Amino acid sequence: MIKVENLFKQFDQTEVLKNINIEFEDGKTYAIIGSSGSGKSTLLRCLNGLEKPTSGKIVIDGVDIVHNEKTLPVLRQKIGMVFQSFNLFAHMNATDNITFALMKVKKMSEADAKQLALEKLTEVGCDHRTTHYPHQLSGGEKQRVAIARALAMKPTVILFDEPTSALDPEMTVEVLKVMKNLTNSGMTIIVVTHEMNFAKEVSDLIIYMDNGEIVEINPPKIFFEQTQSERAKKFLNNML
Amino acid sequence: MIDFTKIYEYIPFIIQGVLITIQLALVGAVGGSILGFIFGLTSRKKNIFGYIVRGIIDFFRGTPLVFQLAFFHYGIPQMVKAFLGVSFVPTAMFSASVIFIINSSAYLAEILRAGIESIDKGQIEAAKALGVKSSDYMLHIIIPQAVRNVLPAIVNEFITLTKETSIASIIGVSELMRRATIITGTTFRYFEPLLIVGITYYIMNKILSNVGKAVEKRLKYD
Repeated sequence: MIKVENLFKQFDQTEVLKNINIEFEDGKTYAIIGSSGSGKSTLLRCLNGLEKPTSGKIVIDGVDIVHNEKTLPVLRQKIGMVFQSFNLFAHMNATDNITFALMKVKKMSEADAKQLALEKLTEVGCDHRTTHYPHQLSGGEKQRVAIARALAMKPTVILFDEPTSALDPEMTVEVLKVMKNLTNSGMTIIVVTHEMNFAKEVSDLIIYMDNGEIVEINPPKIFFEQTQSERAKKFLNNML
Repeated sequence: MIDFTKIYEYIPFIIQGVLITIQLALVGAVGGSILGFIFGLTSRKKNIFGYIVRGIIDFFRGTPLVFQLAFFHYGIPQMVKAFLGVSFVPTAMFSASVIFIINSSAYLAEILRAGIESIDKGQIEAAKALGVKSSDYMLHIIIPQAVRNVLPAIVNEFITLTKETSIASIIGVSELMRRATIITGTTFRYFEPLLIVGITYYIMNKILSNVGKAVEKRLKYD
C-alpha cells in the first residue's frame, strides 16, 4: 500500500503540489487526470523518488521514502515506471534493454535474464523485435518494449506517466491494449493519462487534479456521470 | 636549386625523430585519455575535487602550451631548488610527457563532459527507476553513448596533440621538427628537410584520422 500524507512540492516559487493526501490500495488501478500543469506527473514522479517532495510523507509498505533516500534503489525494484518518451537505452537492442537491470540489479545470469526478456517481449507482442535497436522500432513498439522492461523486474506497483501522449492514435490502441491486460495481474497500477475512455474503462478510481490539488476521487461511473466538483465538470466539458 | 640528394644521409635521423614524435603523441593520448576521463567525471561534481579539477582544466586551457612546457621544464626546477633545497632536473622528454598528458587531459575532460551532457536525462531516469546504481548506469549507459557521440572531437584532439608535439622542440626534445632545424644547421638547406617533415606529419595525421573514422563506424548503432 502507498500512503501519501500532506505532500507539498515547490519548484522555486511555484507550488506544484499542495497538501496531497491519498492512499493507493494494492492491486487496484488508478487513473490520474487533469489539465497540463495540474501536478499529475509530479505526483507520480514523487512516488518513486524521481522528484523529491518539499515536505510531507510517502509511505510505501511501511517505509517513508521521502526521508530514506538510501532505500530508494531497493524500493524502485518494486515500483516499475513507464515514461512518455519511452527512455529506452539507445545503444542497446530490445533484449539488452530488458536484461541490463535484471543482471545488474537482480544479479540474474545472462541466460535466465534473456529467457525472461523473451517471455516479457512475447507478453507485449514484441517477440519479433528482440534484436532491434530503439531507433528501428515504431513508437508503439518502443513503448511496449519499455513496458516489458518494467514488467521484467516483477514490480508490485507500476507507474505510467502519460504513456501514450507521444503516440499516434493507431499506436495508442496497441499500447492501451497491453496496459489493459495488466489490470488483472494483481499489480497496483497508477496511470497519468489524457485518454478519458481508457480511464473510464479500466480504472477502479479516478483521481482528478487541478492546480496542484486533488479535487475529486471517485469510481469512473460516478466521476463521469455524476461529477461532483465544479472544476471537474468544467474540465470534462472541455475534454469531451 | 632544389636538391634532395644532400638530405639522403639524414633519413635515419629523421626516422628517429618520427619515433620520438609518435612516442610523445602516444604518451599524451593514452595518459591524457585516462586523466581526462577522471577529470571529466570529477569536474561535474559540486565538491572540493570538482573545484580543483575545474581550476586545473581552466589553467591548462587558458595558457599557451609553449609557456606550460617552459614553465615546467625551467621554472619548476628553480622553485623546487629554492623552496625544498633539492635538485630536480627533469629530462626534456619527461617534462614534455607530463605537460602533454595534463594539457590533452584538460581538453579531453571538456569533450567528455559535453558528451555526457548530450545524453538525454530520460535514460538516466529510466535506469534509476529500475533500481540501477549510479556507477552502473554511468559506466554502461551514459559513457558508452557519450564517447560515441564525441568521438570525432576526440580524434580531432589527438590530431592537434600530434601536431603540437613539435612545440616540445623549444625545450630540446629532439622530435621531428627539431631535427629539421638541426639538418638545416648542417646543410644550410631549408626547403628540403622542412618539406619532408611536413609531409611526414601529414601522413601520420591522415592515418590517425582514418583509424578514427573506422572506430566511429564500428561503434555505430543507429
